Amino acid sequence: MSDILAVRDLEKTFGSLLAARDITVSVPAHQTVGVIGANGAGKTTFVNMITGHLRPTKGSIWFEGNEITGRPSREITRLGISRSFQVAQIFPTLTVFESMCMAAAIGRHTGGFFSHIVTPLHSTEAIADAEAAIALFQIAAYRDTRALALPQGVRKLLDIGMAIAGHPRLLLLDEPTSGISIEEKFDLMQIVMSALKSRKITVLFVEHDMEIVGRFADRVLAFYDGTVIADGTPGQTLDDPKVQELISGTRLKGVAAGRAAGA
Amino acid sequence: MANRSQIIGGLAFAAAAVAAPFLPDWVVSLATIAFANALVVLGLIVLWRAGLVSFGQALYYCLGGYVVALIARWTGFTDAFVLVLLGGIVGGIVAFILGFLIARYREIFFAMLSLALSMILYGVLVKTESLGSTDGFSVLTPTFIGYAPHRDALNLALYWLTLGICAFSALGVGAYFRTIAGALAAPVRDNEIRVEFLGVSVSHVIHVKVVIAGILGGLGGGLAALAIGHVDPNMAYWTTSGSFMFVAILAGAGSVAAAFVGSLLFEGVRSFAADTMPQFWQMILGTALLVTILFVPEGLGSLLLRLRRRKARPS
Repeated sequence: MSDILAVRDLEKTFGSLLAARDITVSVPAHQTVGVIGANGAGKTTFVNMITGHLRPTKGSIWFEGNEITGRPSREITRLGISRSFQVAQIFPTLTVFESMCMAAAIGRHTGGFFSHIVTPLHSTEAIADAEAAIALFQIAAYRDTRALALPQGVRKLLDIGMAIAGHPRLLLLDEPTSGISIEEKFDLMQIVMSALKSRKITVLFVEHDMEIVGRFADRVLAFYDGTVIADGTPGQTLDDPKVQELISGTRLKGVAAGRAAGA
Repeated sequence: MANRSQIIGGLAFAAAAVAAPFLPDWVVSLATIAFANALVVLGLIVLWRAGLVSFGQALYYCLGGYVVALIARWTGFTDAFVLVLLGGIVGGIVAFILGFLIARYREIFFAMLSLALSMILYGVLVKTESLGSTDGFSVLTPTFIGYAPHRDALNLALYWLTLGICAFSALGVGAYFRTIAGALAAPVRDNEIRVEFLGVSVSHVIHVKVVIAGILGGLGGGLAALAIGHVDPNMAYWTTSGSFMFVAILAGAGSVAAAFVGSLLFEGVRSFAADTMPQFWQMILGTALLVTILFVPEGLGSLLLRLRRRKARPS
C-alpha cells in the first residue's frame, strides 16, 4: 500500500451535531495536502480524529497499512504521526533550545516509558538533533530565549519544530499561519515547507489563506458541512464552482491562474 | 557542572559526617531529625517541579515510621538500615497504588486529595487502640549489623545512617532530574498537551514522581521514628505535612542541596525559637517564612543558583 494515510467513511457526531461525515481520503507518501473550508466545516475535527485527539463515531483510519482508529494520541505520535496546533503548544518557561532538546530526546527514545527514566536528557545525540532543528527552522537567534517571550511567528516554528523532532512520517499542521501578519505568512510557510521537504515528511495542513494554499499544496481538500466537497490539484479544487460559492468566493480564479503561470 | 555539584555535595556530606563526634549531642540529634525530614522535603521538590503540591506527604512519613516501629515490635528485628529501607519500600508501594488515583489530579485537587488521604491514615491510627491510639507507642532501640550502641553512640550511629541514606537519595534524585522523565517536570507543568503529543503519557510521568516522593517520605519517616524513639498518629496529621511544605518553600525547588540546608535551618530556628520564646516560636517561624517569600521567592536554593550564575558570567 503506497498510501501513507487512508481514511474511510469517517464520521463524528457530538450529540445530535454532525461534525464530520462520509470522509474518505487517501494520501500518498510525500504529498503536501492543503485543507480548506469555512469555520465549522470539520477541518480541525478531521485533524483531531487522525491524531487521536477525538475518537471517530464511525469509519476507520489507516496509517501505513495499520488501522489506528481510536488509539490514544501519544500512541499515534509514537507510530509516526505528529501535529502542530492552531494556538502554538509550547513550554513557556523553557528556552527554545531546552524545548527542542526535550522533544529530540523523547523522539530518540520511543522504546517505552522506562527508557525515559534511565536516559539522560542531554545526550550528545539529542543536543545535536536540537541544534539541527533550530538551524533548520532558522530560529538560532532565539536559541536561549524563554518560549513565553518569543514573537508569534517563532512560537509557531518552535511548535512545528518540536512536532517533527520525533521524525514523524506524517505531519498535520492546524492553521500554521493563524495569528501571523500577512507580511510574515509567506516567509514562515517557506521556512516550514522547505524544512518539511528536506525531512521528506508528508504534510496535511489546514489553511484559510487561499494564496498560501495555492502556492504550497500539491493537492487541496475542500471541506463543507463536515464532508469533503472537492479534492484535486489546487487549480482544480479552487476552480470548482461549489468551492468558489461556498468557501472562497470567486476572486480566487485569478490566484489559481497565477499559480499555474508561476509554476 | 553536574559533576562539580556532586563533588561539592559529597564533600559537604563527608564534612558533616566527620564533624559529628566533635559536636554537642543535641546538635547531632537535631541534625538527624532535620536530615530525615529533608528526605520528605526532597520528595516534595520532585513533585513541585512538575507543578504539583502535596499537602499530604506526612502520609508516607507516618507509614515509614509505623512500618519501622511495627516490624521491630512484632518480630524483634531491629537492624536500623533494613528497617528504614522497608519503610521506604512500603512508602513506595503505597504511593504506587494511590498513584493510579492521584496522578489524574492537578493543582488544588491534587493537594486536597493528598491531604485527605493522609488524614484518613491519621483517623485510622487514632481509632486503633492496639497501636496506642493517639499516644502511639515507642520504638525498640535499633541495632546496626549486630552492633547495639546506647545513648550518645546510638545518636551518632543514627546520624551517620541518616547522612548515608540522605547522600544516596540526593545523588539518586540529582541523577533523576537529569533524565528525560525527570526533566519532563517543567514541560508537564507548562503544557500537558504538547507532552502528550510528543508521545509521552503525562500521568505516567507524574505517577513515577509520586512513587519517588513516597519512597523518600517512607525513608524519612523510618529514620525519624528511630531517632525520636516513638511513633504516634501526629506523624500523619496535616500540620506535619504543613511543616514539610514550609521547608520546601524555604528551600525552593531549584536545587537538591537546598532541601537539606533548608531543613537544617528550619529545625535550628524552630528549636532556637521554642527555647528562647516558648510562647512565640510559631511567630518567629512565620516571620522567617514571610521574609523568605518576600525577598527570596524562589527559595534558598535560588541563592545558590544565583551565586553560580554570577561566577559563571565573568569567566
